[in-house]
Amino acid sequence: MPIPTFDLTVNGKPVSVAIDEETPLLDVLRNRLDLKGTRFGCGLEQCGTCMVLIDGAPEKSCTKPIWSVAGKAVVTIEGLGTPAKPHALQQAFLDEQAGQCGYCLTGILIAASALLARNASPTRADIAAALDGNICRCGTHNRIIRAVQRAAALIRETRS
Amino acid sequence: MSAPALPAVLLDNPRLDQWVSFRADGKAVVSTGRVEIGQGVLTAMIQIAADELDIKPERIVLQSGDTARTPNEGFTAGSQSIQFGGVALRLACAEIKLIYLERVAALRRLPLADLAVKDGAIVCRGVPTGDDYWTLSGAVDLTGRATGRAAPKTAAEYGYVGRSSLRVDLAAKVFGQEAFIHDMALDGMLHARVVRQPGCTASIVAVDEAAIRRAAKEPIEIVRSGNFLAIVGGSEAAVETAAAKAAAHVTWDGVEPVSALRQEARSLLQQPSIDRVIGSPLPDAPPRGRTYEATFSRPYLAHASIAPSCALALYRDRRLQVWTHSQGVYPLRKSLAQMLKLDPSAIAVKHVQGAGCYGHNGADDAAADAAVIAVLKPGSPIRVRWRREEEFAFEPISPAMVVNVRATLDDAGRPVDWTTEIWSGTHNARPGLGNLLAAEALPDPPPPPEPADVPEANGGGATRNGEPLYAIAAKRIVHHLVPQIPVRTSALRGLGATANVFAIECFIDELAEQAGADPVAYRLSLLADVRARGVIEHVARMCDWRRRRAAGPGLGIGFARYKNRAAYAAVVARVEVAEEIRLTRVWCAADAGLVVNPDGAINQLEGGILQAASWVLKEQVRFDSSGVLARDWDNYPVLRFSDAPEVTVELVNPATDEPPLGAGEATAGPTTAAIGNAVAHALGARLRDLPLTRERVMAALLSDAKF
Repeated sequence: MPIPTFDLTVNGKPVSVAIDEETPLLDVLRNRLDLKGTRFGCGLEQCGTCMVLIDGAPEKSCTKPIWSVAGKAVVTIEGLGTPAKPHALQQAFLDEQAGQCGYCLTGILIAASALLARNASPTRADIAAALDGNICRCGTHNRIIRAVQRAAALIRETRS
Repeated sequence: MSAPALPAVLLDNPRLDQWVSFRADGKAVVSTGRVEIGQGVLTAMIQIAADELDIKPERIVLQSGDTARTPNEGFTAGSQSIQFGGVALRLACAEIKLIYLERVAALRRLPLADLAVKDGAIVCRGVPTGDDYWTLSGAVDLTGRATGRAAPKTAAEYGYVGRSSLRVDLAAKVFGQEAFIHDMALDGMLHARVVRQPGCTASIVAVDEAAIRRAAKEPIEIVRSGNFLAIVGGSEAAVETAAAKAAAHVTWDGVEPVSALRQEARSLLQQPSIDRVIGSPLPDAPPRGRTYEATFSRPYLAHASIAPSCALALYRDRRLQVWTHSQGVYPLRKSLAQMLKLDPSAIAVKHVQGAGCYGHNGADDAAADAAVIAVLKPGSPIRVRWRREEEFAFEPISPAMVVNVRATLDDAGRPVDWTTEIWSGTHNARPGLGNLLAAEALPDPPPPPEPADVPEANGGGATRNGEPLYAIAAKRIVHHLVPQIPVRTSALRGLGATANVFAIECFIDELAEQAGADPVAYRLSLLADVRARGVIEHVARMCDWRRRRAAGPGLGIGFARYKNRAAYAAVVARVEVAEEIRLTRVWCAADAGLVVNPDGAINQLEGGILQAASWVLKEQVRFDSSGVLARDWDNYPVLRFSDAPEVTVELVNPATDEPPLGAGEATAGPTTAAIGNAVAHALGARLRDLPLTRERVMAALLSDAKF
């Protein structure tokens, strides 16, 4: 049986992968495209470490079969920003030192970026609700919430 | 003048060149045996070394946790990294600087007192001598033993220590770089998953290899030695898919069922135990006066790391290299050598960061898995990553505990005789004391470990913080070590301190209530230790304790000095209780002596508060006949963002010349007690069993019995 090929864009670049159609997107990102920033946490869509943006929506990639994202635009943490050109959230997380072990941060940054895209001035409750699909086990919740608020303010300042 | 007594870490690793070497390119290679587990220790060590060597932090290349390169500091555990490891590094750096200055004084015939170091350059009264660490390094011998003869700086002289410093490891995580062991890839690497032996008594009867291969859909290899069974292949997706289905295709014999009855802490009371008394002897006759007692419990808890354990190993030319996120590379190497019957010198174990572990999770076992497979497949780098259900079901968990506290009171209602009686499984199955899972599955497995817990000299396991810091004439701990525990148990952040401080501090509130005293005032009346009083008074001011009223939201306090010798922490929690408990606000004051990185310490103290809140409000590991029941996050709920209270942490006197005190675990016990006391305040009824679930709140609300 021939191996099927799937075309999608990842961080703005067209990508073509020949792979079993049930292979999870997370596995393709990490093991085929060498994008290791998206983390494996549970493989059950419960913890949020594997979040990516798919056509702008935050989604868990650990069980999402590759066939289901054919033709779609995927943005990973590597596509959010770089040390030279950080996303406002990445800058704010560094400014607030919002991390302990940092394993959850990929998913949280992705989920927060989707929140800020639809809500420029989120309240603490808005942020908490948007991040409830992401587990932070180190207890960095408050710093993370402050960092998201800081990033929102940064984005508002830049726009005004 | 005789040199001060050297810390044990320096006596164990006395050669100065084990700690620091200078490179010609203007870098200082600094080594620490401590490892980064999310607590920011690498950043703090750089601050310490930069200050004592008088160089900019950017010049430091830090090596950590590598048997081939770094000092042997045992485990990174027990909030001891700064208190002991940092202090050792500080002394070593101070002495190394002095040796360089003495060398220049001799070479240039300059008075030693006029010499100083400025970012690595040696200056005489501020004027460069032309010498520096980098060019002199070949001419200065650092192979000698540390003596402790160079006094480290005082707090006032520090430039980096005491100032909040950005975490050196955080940017890589924020930008999604290859920050974790999970992200490592080696040429020709094979992925592996283990089909776990369901308990050390189980043996394989049959393996339907064809069915496992069909599940993989791609070629895989099935590796077996005794009852150790693994799936290996080049495609991680194929190996993962096969592993998820493999358990159904293996038949085991000799599986011992676990009793679900034993998931409740109070079942410990019916078990045989190894008993001893620590502290004041048990009195022959009950002391005179009114006596009071209460019994508290805490369930089995999971570390529940956000990342399942991972390790890499390569066996080539009779040498084994292992990469692990274990907390102790040297103890792990020793256990690997025993398991594989190799000489320890043929094994190198290097730490690579994992996710937060909060104690002894699956890290060491995953490393053992990778090592076994690597030896079975020489020349191929092997990467093992546990599955989520494997981490929940097979990591060592934290033992349940029952704590009975009883006191004899004087006429003023203050305790004069105190007993803390503790029932618990062991808090230590780490390498060196416990067995690696893989070792139990291989042919010729080791015998079960002797029942033992962490000795009091190391802070104790179940007995940790079992003795209250309060000034009481007679205090003792009665410890019942329960050796027969249905699942493997080991160290979780705080060990026994969490349950003991919960019991002691809730009990103190009960005694205050009986004496008609305010909980803060009552504590202060029992405390002679000035620093203990300081944190309690500080947190009382932070939360405006004097406004606390009988009605309204529950406000409760908890206090402890971790291990009675590390950091002091007082925590106040505010709760609202309807059918469920809502934790709305937490305040904390902590005295950790000299604080190297204040922002880092606050981050750790707050992390301990939120993790403890999660334990108190949500967590319990339950069993069924096959062991741990909850094997995913839906069945083991933890604190989510919407549950998180706002937290304020303040450090009391952090720029002191008092020695640094370990802080990473200092808040868990006090937070647990503070929430317990706040709930009792709000509810007018005392809940003594954790977690504080909706069912327990409802039962208390429906019960007429108050206290």
